[in-house]
Amino acid sequence: MNKYAKITLDGILFQNPTFMLVLGTCPTLAMIHSASSAFGMGLTVIVILTLSNVIISALRKLIPNQVRIPAYIVIIATLVTLARMVLEKFVPDLYDSLGSFLALIVVNCIILGRAEAFANKHTVAESAVDGVATGIGFTLALTVMGIICEFLGSGSIFGAKIMEFKIGAFATPAGSFLVYGICIALFVYIMDSIERFRRERKNRPLTRESLVQEVA
Amino acid sequence: MGTFIAIVLAAVLTQNFITVKTYGICPFLGVSKKTNSAIGMGIAVTLVMAIATAVTYPLYEYVMVPLGIDFLEIIFFIFIIAALVQMIEQIIKKLSPSLYKAMGIYLPLITTNCAVLGVCELVIGDMSSIIGEAAMNTGWAVLYAVFAGVGFTLVMVIMSGLREKLNNYGEMPKAIKGFPIAMITASIICMAFTVFSYIQL
Repeated sequence: MNKYAKITLDGILFQNPTFMLVLGTCPTLAMIHSASSAFGMGLTVIVILTLSNVIISALRKLIPNQVRIPAYIVIIATLVTLARMVLEKFVPDLYDSLGSFLALIVVNCIILGRAEAFANKHTVAESAVDGVATGIGFTLALTVMGIICEFLGSGSIFGAKIMEFKIGAFATPAGSFLVYGICIALFVYIMDSIERFRRERKNRPLTRESLVQEVA
Repeated sequence: MGTFIAIVLAAVLTQNFITVKTYGICPFLGVSKKTNSAIGMGIAVTLVMAIATAVTYPLYEYVMVPLGIDFLEIIFFIFIIAALVQMIEQIIKKLSPSLYKAMGIYLPLITTNCAVLGVCELVIGDMSSIIGEAAMNTGWAVLYAVFAGVGFTLVMVIMSGLREKLNNYGEMPKAIKGFPIAMITASIICMAFTVFSYIQL
């Protein structure tokens, strides 16, 4: 398989930061009460993660190994400060809905985690692809859960009214925790099933003889 | 006195860091398997939150705002927190080796705990929903940080007790083991804490 395709698939599916690695839980739980704020959080993380991966990967030979974590934190904190100024100026609605969680992207373990686990060992291009893919994995997971929570919590999706009903608990952290937990369980179950299916097919190639044997 | 009670109740119960604000979920899910480690983590976080607020609030209010460099808050705060965690680690190591051993592994992890940066960001923001008309100062900020830490510890301990009990009921299906069941437990704790939102001052 192509190297970049593998990085992309890993980021979105096999090492999905939200469902498989369970990183960055605080912003996830705080944002999924509405689909649009979850999506906005995801987009912000894609941009910051890609930029931080690229910068850290470009500087990976310059940063001494002993002080790499403080160096990464400075880079990430600078990017978050910039993102905050840009959002405050150009997208004030999103800035308000993200609230203090915009500043807390600094301590989002996904970004520092990718810097430490990927960007400081790979080339700039690979790190950029990894940043985008991991970010998309995060955004997809958040948006899906955001849609579920918002639909159950207020009967609307992305702010558009769908049905006249609501279960108030799903607009609170209690509902976020519940939806997140069930989504992880489902995701793990589906990935496991796919894995088992692939393994079985590898062991018993699908031929006429094996099918006849199975039926018999 | 009214402000004092309002801050304590808000920080511990009505606006609990875990169940209402969802700060510090990583240690909440990661270190809540045993009650002892949950208490250790809770105390360590409370300590760091209190000291971090005591440093960052005056720095922001009396140095950064007058100088007009308040836009650098994130970079300053995260550095102060990282340095503080290192310092506290060294001090505890020297003063009380047994305590250091008890919470040694959790201390360095606190730097990336969003509850700490979260409380520093909260107290410099708009606190009028909690303290009303009273003017914000360093004392109230530190008080809020201490009791937010107490609220964090409280929920950590409840969670660890429930998870210890859950382990007694045999094997769970693989898909639901670990994080999913912890989240569902947390969801029920959150629902229980909703009751406190009826407290009005």
